[in-house]
Order: sequence, then C-alpha cells, then structure tokens
Amino acid sequence: MEQHTLSVLVENSAGVLSQVTRLFSRKGYNIESLAVGVTDDPQVSRITIMVRGTEATIRQVANQLSKLLPVISVRKLEPEKSLTRELVLIKVRAEASPERDSIIQIANIFRANIIDVSKTSLTIEITGDEDKTLALLNLLREYGILEMARTGMVALERGQYTINDDNKEKGEYDYGKNVL
Amino acid sequence: MKMKNAQVVIECLLEQGVDTVFGYPGGTILNIYDALYQYRDRINHILTAHEQGASHAADGYARATGKVGVCFATSGPGATNLTTGIATAYMDSSPVVFITCNVGESLIGKDSFQEVDITGITMPITKSNYLVRNPGELADIMREAFAVAAAGRPGPVLVDIPKNITTVEVDYTPLPKAEHIKHGRLKKLAERASHNVHKIDPDSEDVKKLLGMIAQAKKPMILAGGGIIRSQAEKELLTFAEKIDAPVAMTLMGLGAIPSDHPLSLGLIGMHGTLEANRASTACDLLIALGTRFSDRVAGHTSTFAKNAKIVQVDIDRAEIDKNVVTDYHLIGDACQVLAAVNEKLPQYSHGEWLTQVESMAGEPIPGRSDGKLEPRDIMREIHDRTKGEAIIVTDVGQHQMWAAQYYSYKRPCQLITSGGFGTMGFGLGAALGTKLGKPDATVVHITGDGSFRMNAGELATESFYGIPVITVLMNNGTLGMVRQWQSLMYGNRHSQTTLDRGPDFVKLAGAYGMDAYRVSTGKEFADAFDKAVSSGKSCLIECRIDIDEMVRPMVSAGSPITDFLLE
Repeated sequence: MEQHTLSVLVENSAGVLSQVTRLFSRKGYNIESLAVGVTDDPQVSRITIMVRGTEATIRQVANQLSKLLPVISVRKLEPEKSLTRELVLIKVRAEASPERDSIIQIANIFRANIIDVSKTSLTIEITGDEDKTLALLNLLREYGILEMARTGMVALERGQYTINDDNKEKGEYDYGKNVL
Repeated sequence: MKMKNAQVVIECLLEQGVDTVFGYPGGTILNIYDALYQYRDRINHILTAHEQGASHAADGYARATGKVGVCFATSGPGATNLTTGIATAYMDSSPVVFITCNVGESLIGKDSFQEVDITGITMPITKSNYLVRNPGELADIMREAFAVAAAGRPGPVLVDIPKNITTVEVDYTPLPKAEHIKHGRLKKLAERASHNVHKIDPDSEDVKKLLGMIAQAKKPMILAGGGIIRSQAEKELLTFAEKIDAPVAMTLMGLGAIPSDHPLSLGLIGMHGTLEANRASTACDLLIALGTRFSDRVAGHTSTFAKNAKIVQVDIDRAEIDKNVVTDYHLIGDACQVLAAVNEKLPQYSHGEWLTQVESMAGEPIPGRSDGKLEPRDIMREIHDRTKGEAIIVTDVGQHQMWAAQYYSYKRPCQLITSGGFGTMGFGLGAALGTKLGKPDATVVHITGDGSFRMNAGELATESFYGIPVITVLMNNGTLGMVRQWQSLMYGNRHSQTTLDRGPDFVKLAGAYGMDAYRVSTGKEFADAFDKAVSSGKSCLIECRIDIDEMVRPMVSAGSPITDFLLE
C-alpha cells in the first residue's frame, strides 16, 4: 500500500480532530503522521495526514471527510507537486570526545542545529523531508539515540495554487468543498 | 424578546413548523418539558414507553411525511437509548433532529449522575451533532440542525444541551424559516459549502455522456434505490424508464419508486430479489443506478455484480460513488434534477427484444402449501386486496419484512417504511405509530414477527393510550424465522437459540392494553379479522399462526453472485 498525504482545512473547534481521525481508524488505517495547527485565519486549522492505504480507500475517506460539517476542504497532495517538511528533535548519546566530534560533524553536514548540550548527550534539531530526516537518524543510531520527538509532516502544494483553488482536471475526483 | 433557552428550543421548533414531538422526560431535560407545558396547545408531545420507541416513531414520522422528525430525551440512559434509533435513521437517510439535555456544565466530565458523552457516542451515526456551550448560540444551532438534517442526503442530527444552558435567559429574535440560510452559522456554511446541490444543466457534459451511453445500449436496465424516494423523483423516473424502455429493479429502500405492477417493474433485487431482477442485472449491458449504494444485500458478490454492463451511478452523496461497486461513470446530483435534465433530451427508445428476454427470466410461481395452513404470501396479498393497495406498510425486521416487500404491490414512494440498512428488529411498532400520526388518513398496517414484536412490545401502551389506530399483523412462527432459515440451509438444521417457544399470549397481551386482538390460522379467519380491524377504526392486533419452517424465497446466500440462487 502506498503512502498518501491529505491536507485538510477545518474549523478550529473542539472535537474536529477526533471526527477526522475516526474515519481512518474505521478503515483500520494507522495514521503515520499527523500535524495540526492554526492557519493565518484563527478560526481555521490545517491538518496534514500521512497514511498508507489503497488509492480507492483513500479516495473514499477523503470523500467522507469532505462531508463533515467542520471540514472546509480536503486535498490529496501528490508527492511530485508538493513540499513536505518535518521538524525532528533527537537526543543522542555523546559521552567522550571522538563520538562527540563526529556527531557535531554529521549535524553540520545535514545543516541540523545542536540546541542542547550536556556532559553525556547532544540534542539535535533537524528540519526536512522524510528522506533527509531518515538519513540523519540512520547515522545517529550507532551512537545511541536516547529519545526523539517529531512534529509530524506538514505539506503545501508547489506553485501558486492553494487548497481552495479549483485546479482539478476534469475527470479527477473533486473532493473540493464541503457538501452536506 | 427575552426568554429562557428552554423556551427558545420550543420557539425554534415552531419556526420549523413542528407540531409533533416524540420523547421521554428526565432530570436534565426538565426545563424544556416545563417550557413545552406552556405550548401544549401547539405542540403535540407523544410520550412513549421507552426512548427507543420515541426514536423510531420520530423516524417513521419523518419517512412517512418527508418532514424532519423530532425526538426528545434526557441525559445518560435516555440519550443512549436513542442510539439504535439514530443509527437506524442514519443508515436509511431519514431526517430526524434528536434533542438531548446533558448534565450542567459544572458537572460535565466528572462522571456525574446520568452523564454520558452523547455527542462522542453518536459521532459516527449522525450527519452532525452539537454540544451547546454558548447560551446565545442555541437558536442558531437549532436552525442549522434542522437545515443539515433535511439538506442533500438527509439524516439524523443531535443537539445536546447542558442543563444550565437551558435556564439562561437570552435575547431571542424570531426568524422565518426561509431567512435562516441568510443568518449566523448557516450563512457561513452556505457560503463555503455547495450546500444546495446545483441544478444539473441538460446540456452539461455529464448528461450528454449519459445520453450517449443510453443510445449505445442494447440491454439497458435501471436500478432504483431509496434516493428516488427521498428526492420524490417517481414521476421523472417513470418518464425516464418509459422513454428508454428499460426494466426497473428496486432495492428494498427503493420499493414504490415505480408502481410494482407497472410492466417495466421487475420488483425487488438482491438477496431476496426476484429471479428476473437478479438475472437481468447480470445480463444487461448498461445499468443506471439511481440513489443506491449497492449495499451487500443488493449486490452480493460485488465484483460479479452487473458484470456484463457499464454501470452509471447517480447519487447526491459523492462519498457513495464507487464505495461498494466500482462504476464506469457517475453523476453527482439530486435524482429528481438529474432525471429531469436527462429526460429533456432523451429520445424514445424501444427495446422489445430485451424486455422479452427479461420476461423469460422469471421463474415458475412458487407453489402454495397443500396442508391448508395460513401462508405469509396470502396474508400480504389479502392485506393488499383489502386495502386496495393504498395502505402504508410498516415492518419490523426478518422474514415478515421480506414477505411484506415481495407480496404487497406498492404504488408510490413512502408506502413501505422499513429498516433497510441497519435492520433494526423492534423498529416496526414505534415507526408505525409515528407514521400514523404523520399520515392520519392512511391505513397503516404494521407487519411484524414474534421475535421483533417482543423487542419493543411495550409501545402498545403508547398506541393504546393515544388511541393510534394502527393494525398490527403479527406473523407468529414461534421462531426467529430468518435466522432459523440460515440455520436450516447453512448450519445443518442446528436451530441454536432461535426457537421462541415461550409466549407470551399475544392476544392477551394486546387485551391487557385494552386493544382488540384476534388469533387466526386460516385465510378466511384472517380476512374476517382484518375487515373488522379496518372497519373498527381502532388499534388492533392480529396474530397469524404460520408454520415454523416457512422460508423466504428466492434466496441468494450472502456474498454470492446474485444469480446463484440457493432457493428459487
């Protein structure tokens, strides 16, 4: 099953997130990444969801999402036409000198920031798409990752189009605007 | 106008033209019932025996009248008792507004007495639900609730009001219903949602495409579902079918979409569909599905369903497109508007050869019993003849439901009221009471079985107290017939926990509520009893003793291709 990214604009009110995520759990789909935050309009939040599933089921979930009253619009973002970023905080073991130096070097190569230092650990902040964060994680793993936290992927479509623009080609499913 | 929110609730009902409410009072909803007392000359409140009965009654009322049904219940168990009724309405797209009260806001989230998170519980079974937290917003939410319940694909909506909110005095400004869409939340919703499904233009690409597919078809067929009933598209459907000259099969929810005795009608399709409907759907080369979601009881084995046909799906709900059966083309829209637009450009076709072929697909008539016992088919035919096909039939769920679907010839929409999607045993009596209250001039016949009837028989108290003249025809085979049928056919006759050899005496039970009741076991006795029931104009129960091994025929087992008949 392939991975899909759905971008959903919703009313910024209580209970909306559980209404949205319920539709995925009902299909038995585990949400792999979820990011929620308010937009420039304080009454509107954007939810970015990454989930694995069949194309047909994702389409159905998206159609059902667009029927929820607090959902303003739903769009499936195509990987080649969208930008995705995630921020990850990684606390890595760094007790003695040679290890500490290599970790700092690796962080620099990845343009990651070291945001906390202790006698036995370093905490690194990295922002990037999935490939980049994964590559860094793989390198740091051998030093011992003490703990980590990730924000979840956020995404926007490339170019001038926004989620509210009607730029669907004919024949494509237009999840578009809410329908009662 | 200054008033307490409890009164605002009632004023909002009046704005909607509501004159009948079903419900059951309790601690948290006391203030609303107190306000209702002041309006008792304008709002008829029907107190049922149980909240579930009230929920089905409001649902039956909505289905029979096309208006939005209204149901009240208190917090906690009052609210959870509604849930089966809410799910029933949801699955069959019936517009009902459920109003519950919750514990006061200071008690919410503390496991207080009779507290339950009913908006959380009903999230998957309502179109939308609301927990009112801002006292000034109640009227606005009530208006939105009614609009959402009725708009597009109808369905149930729940408004939960904490008790303390009902006592807050607010400034209420009356607003005529037509103005609602121009104010408050609804205005916002209408601005950003395609709230009103736009009218289909007869020259649109979608319509042209469909016209082209019809022109190419040699063996077209129409599948009419509940969407035809909800959109009141029966006239448009008849014109459409006659112009294409295509046979029409109906789903359980679609019965009445075209008259069952019309030459193009193939009757019911699916698990207990007619041989010709099921076979024609497999033989046709174009299947136009109108307002149906290809439920598993209709399509059976989805990948072989209409396997030789291009399938066109017309539905108002885009989430139904390709959900169960993958289609070749679809149109999003109200069935009535789509058909009207297509009919405008549709030439007259003739498919005599195909229709003759379909006619030959019908099987031999199922032979009657030779032992003289009362037969379900004869009961339904007798009811049909004695009501001249004009009665509204309300059913419970099980074998009797299928017999009612198969052997009563429905002339028009809303003549069969049944729990199709959710299959709720115990739906019938409450729904029949709601139907009769909504359609007082119609003869309402409630067809039930001994299993279903026992589930909510307490509503006889409601029927008897309010003198609601429903005729209950109880087909008593002493078993959960439909489950027994599966056990007989697929579980080696192991009739595990389905034999209902434990009473009660249904005639005495009805008698205890002061109702007329008859027990019959022959066709003649039934006819006499039914005539007496009709002419008395009173509530009545007729218990029909039928054989324990009666079966619903034809039958296709679940998940099989719909031409693989287990029983013909």
